Amino acid sequence: MITIIDYGLGNIRAFVNVYERLNIKTKIARVGEDIKDATKIILPGVGAFDYAMSQLNASGMRDELEKQVLENKVPVVGICVGMQILAKSSDEGKLPGLGWIDGDVKLFDTDKIPYKTRLPHMGWNSISPVKDNLLLDGFDNESRFYFLHSYYFVCNKQEEVISTTEYGITYASAVNCDNIYGIQFHPEKSHSNGIQLLHNFAKI
Amino acid sequence: MLYPRIIPCLLVHNKGLVKTTKFKDPKYVGDPINAVKIFNEKEVDELIVVDIDASREGREPDYKMIENLAIECRMPFCYGGGIKTVEQAQKIFSLGVEKIAISSIAIENPDIVSKLAERVGNQSVVVVLDIKKKIFGGKYELYTLNGTKATGIDPVSFAIKMQSLGAGEIVVNSIDHEGVMKGYDMNIINNIRDVVNIPLTVMGGAGTMDDIGDVIQQHGIIGVAAGSLFVFKGKFRAVLINYPTNVEKSILLSKYFLNR
Repeated sequence: MITIIDYGLGNIRAFVNVYERLNIKTKIARVGEDIKDATKIILPGVGAFDYAMSQLNASGMRDELEKQVLENKVPVVGICVGMQILAKSSDEGKLPGLGWIDGDVKLFDTDKIPYKTRLPHMGWNSISPVKDNLLLDGFDNESRFYFLHSYYFVCNKQEEVISTTEYGITYASAVNCDNIYGIQFHPEKSHSNGIQLLHNFAKI
Repeated sequence: MLYPRIIPCLLVHNKGLVKTTKFKDPKYVGDPINAVKIFNEKEVDELIVVDIDASREGREPDYKMIENLAIECRMPFCYGGGIKTVEQAQKIFSLGVEKIAISSIAIENPDIVSKLAERVGNQSVVVVLDIKKKIFGGKYELYTLNGTKATGIDPVSFAIKMQSLGAGEIVVNSIDHEGVMKGYDMNIINNIRDVVNIPLTVMGGAGTMDDIGDVIQQHGIIGVAAGSLFVFKGKFRAVLINYPTNVEKSILLSKYFLNR
């Protein structure tokens, strides 16, 4: 059962739809109680960092979520701003993040971006897997996904980076520490590659 | 490596899909959900859907329709039409839309752009500029309400203003070129590209994939949107939803993008 956390940051149905196509059961969680039977958790996100944190804090789900993820080690994947809130802090906001992965979220340095278009980083870009990881099974340096963001995740522990992407600099587009995963791109909006990645997550 | 985006743009009128010419003469081209299903199979880069009735009729966005489209979309989905408030935008995001496009309200009340950006992040706020060239003097001017109302506003300075208020993307739509299928208005695209550094998407005029290629050759990372090209086939404009295959796209990009 894939439990998708609905804290008001969009995109929930897109995940449900992908998993329906894969014949994998999903559940949408809106209160803590809904997370108790989770075997996998998706923390989606479209929006700003502080808005995401305040919505999650106000949802009443945070305690149960932390219990499942940090104590029961249920695999979780944060997506886009859902990845960024796994960090300790972000340049985009003032609120502390969840701090589940040792890192901070920074604004891209626009001087380093070689395009006329600076920010946001928007469109289809490739990922480079930097280590074997079940989540990235089947992808190579040609695999492209849809990105839409202006801030990026900086891991304090380099070994927790599982894929990188180029946008002026080389940054972490996917991270993993133990049962906790984060991906900056949008698998739910990345056609067959995205479906494959969400399928990989279901099989972890 | 980041690639330019090639984007079908669909117009909704009386709950059906239509294609207009210079913002007039809507021709029925099919059912929106069916078109989304086809574009899913073709793995399009992004999809823009604009409800061309909502603002003109002064009504709320059709949330049920948006939800039905968003559920179906396996690509990034940008919705425009009738959005006037942050609350409406918020509701649309909760239906699974990645970006919202605003036009009339950005002209009437530019501050809404900052309010939207603050709430949803600027990456999701798209401002569409419907632009017409004056017959005498050749100056460009912004129009609203489906190209029926001239505003006297200069599109270039307005684009700069939108960027500074926090817009995440500008769509440059040429009313004169829309549906004509003879190529994009490169002048206005160049003028706006020169002054903003947020993502830009251009629309209005694509008749062939090479028209799209011309824009990419000149601008590299850019969004290139088309309506007629992706819903009509052949000189008699038979309705056929289409989009380049991955192989065709690679050929186009190696000709116009990778050789830049």
